[in-house]
Amino acid sequence: MSCKRKEKAAVVSQEQIARDIYSMWIRTEEIAGLAVPGQFISMYTEDRSKILPRPISLCEIDRERKQLRVVYRVTGKGTGTEQFSRLRPGDFVEILGPLGNGFPLEPGTGKKVFLIGGGIGVPPMLELAKQLDAGKQLVMGYRDEQFLTEEFQKNGSLFIATEDGSAGTTGNVMDAIAANGLDAEVIYACGPAPMLRAVKQYAEENHIVCYVSMEERMACGVGACLACICRTPEIDEHSQVHNKRVCKDGPVFLSTEVEV
Amino acid sequence: MNTRNFDLDTTVNLAGVELKNPVMTASGTFGSGEEYSEFVDLNRLGAVVTKGVANVPWPGNPAPRIAETYGGMMNAIGLQNPGIEVFCRRDIPFLKKFDTKIIVNVCGKTIEDYLEVVERLAEEPVDLLEINISCPNVKEGGIAFGQDPKSAEHITREVKKHAKQPVIMKLSPNVTSIAEMAKAVEAGGADVISLINTLTGMKIDIHRQTFAVANKTGGVSGPAIRPIAVRMVYEAAQAVKVPLIGMGGITCGEDALEFILAGASAVSVGTANFYNPSATIEVAEGIEAYMRQHKTEHFRDLIGLVY
Repeated sequence: MSCKRKEKAAVVSQEQIARDIYSMWIRTEEIAGLAVPGQFISMYTEDRSKILPRPISLCEIDRERKQLRVVYRVTGKGTGTEQFSRLRPGDFVEILGPLGNGFPLEPGTGKKVFLIGGGIGVPPMLELAKQLDAGKQLVMGYRDEQFLTEEFQKNGSLFIATEDGSAGTTGNVMDAIAANGLDAEVIYACGPAPMLRAVKQYAEENHIVCYVSMEERMACGVGACLACICRTPEIDEHSQVHNKRVCKDGPVFLSTEVEV
Repeated sequence: MNTRNFDLDTTVNLAGVELKNPVMTASGTFGSGEEYSEFVDLNRLGAVVTKGVANVPWPGNPAPRIAETYGGMMNAIGLQNPGIEVFCRRDIPFLKKFDTKIIVNVCGKTIEDYLEVVERLAEEPVDLLEINISCPNVKEGGIAFGQDPKSAEHITREVKKHAKQPVIMKLSPNVTSIAEMAKAVEAGGADVISLINTLTGMKIDIHRQTFAVANKTGGVSGPAIRPIAVRMVYEAAQAVKVPLIGMGGITCGEDALEFILAGASAVSVGTANFYNPSATIEVAEGIEAYMRQHKTEHFRDLIGLVY
């Protein structure tokens, strides 16, 4: 069944919300109506020297207005993400989506949950926080400057960790969980590999159901090219080897399904 | 004559197999078509060329497996595939639902591996076999057969002895003389030649201070390599009589026509699928528009027009 679309989305707004972090709202024809938390879109630059799409997670989904919010990091000078950051209201951007599976809401509904985000893994936790009906403890880790904190505070109890100690617990998200004496029955997490590794270990030692959103370099974004694989302990049905596709089988996996 | 609406004959014959049009997918960029069938009506393609399949499942290389390069990309997937049994059970029945030709790309580490797959496919509803002797990303097999004319001729001859379907030999550009390689596989009995596979390259990630892909080297593809591919198709066309399938950075009808005028009977679209999922259809439509514009009724009349 097909629900992916390629569209020219109209830029509604663009603002810088932290150093190198930008927030853009775009109006889609159908993609916003189809998307769920934890999914992503492929964004294409106009620059023909950059031929691969950039996979960007969905930060907010506004079905009524048919709009999506992407919060993304500009990764350097002359990059595709820098080009996105220069888009202004009235400009258009080609996108493909919604892609990937998204976070399952049902396992966490009515439970005491952690939503854990780290770095550029923070944004996708916002739409999940908005849609999930649960006892939400939002644990967000930043290197230094924080973003989206006001939005998070409206959608649960927010706990912050910063590496430089500028806010919340000094250290990482696991330090914030320990420092605040928190516990949970279900975990949803998105962030860099070292963070996911620590979250996975914590969840498995404490027998907590845990969903991790993985990241890997992608090409097609739809499951055809087998670029963005992650290792799995079991033989995967599609690949017949110990590899799942992050873009198609994920990006969200049960922590026990994947090696981080 | 009404130049706007005359009937176009876009068919092309490859070793006795008639394709409705000359546009196909490049192996490895399109899976077995299922993922892209959400964007592309597979019935409109001349053929689907599957990702390479071996006798047993292959795990492929570690990640990262790809990197972007200027006007192109580099991959070192390493021919991950589910093995021929699952492929026959799952991928062939899927493709049979569509009115398009099925070309199965075959890879192996030894000649015996290749032959096992070729024999397994003998009774399957597959139209052509494409033998991959040109993957730069695996240590054994693959390109080991594709850089020496004697080895290439030998494996072609062995495959031809066992193959029930016509055989396409896919050549590597990482050779001194593409004409020599084309002659060698023709001498071995190749029915069709496809070229080019990717060019071996390297990219350094200066931020991580290591190789951009875990395999260190990867195969470069995309628009940046198109002039090299067109030149090689032209040289091969001068050297052999068998039909050629041209590929390397094709994104639109105009790109495809360069290959066709240089001597290719058909074209494959690869990397372009990644930034434009409907690139194959746009290439087919672009070729038709060109035929109308140039009042060319039969596609085959365009092949090799520059010489």
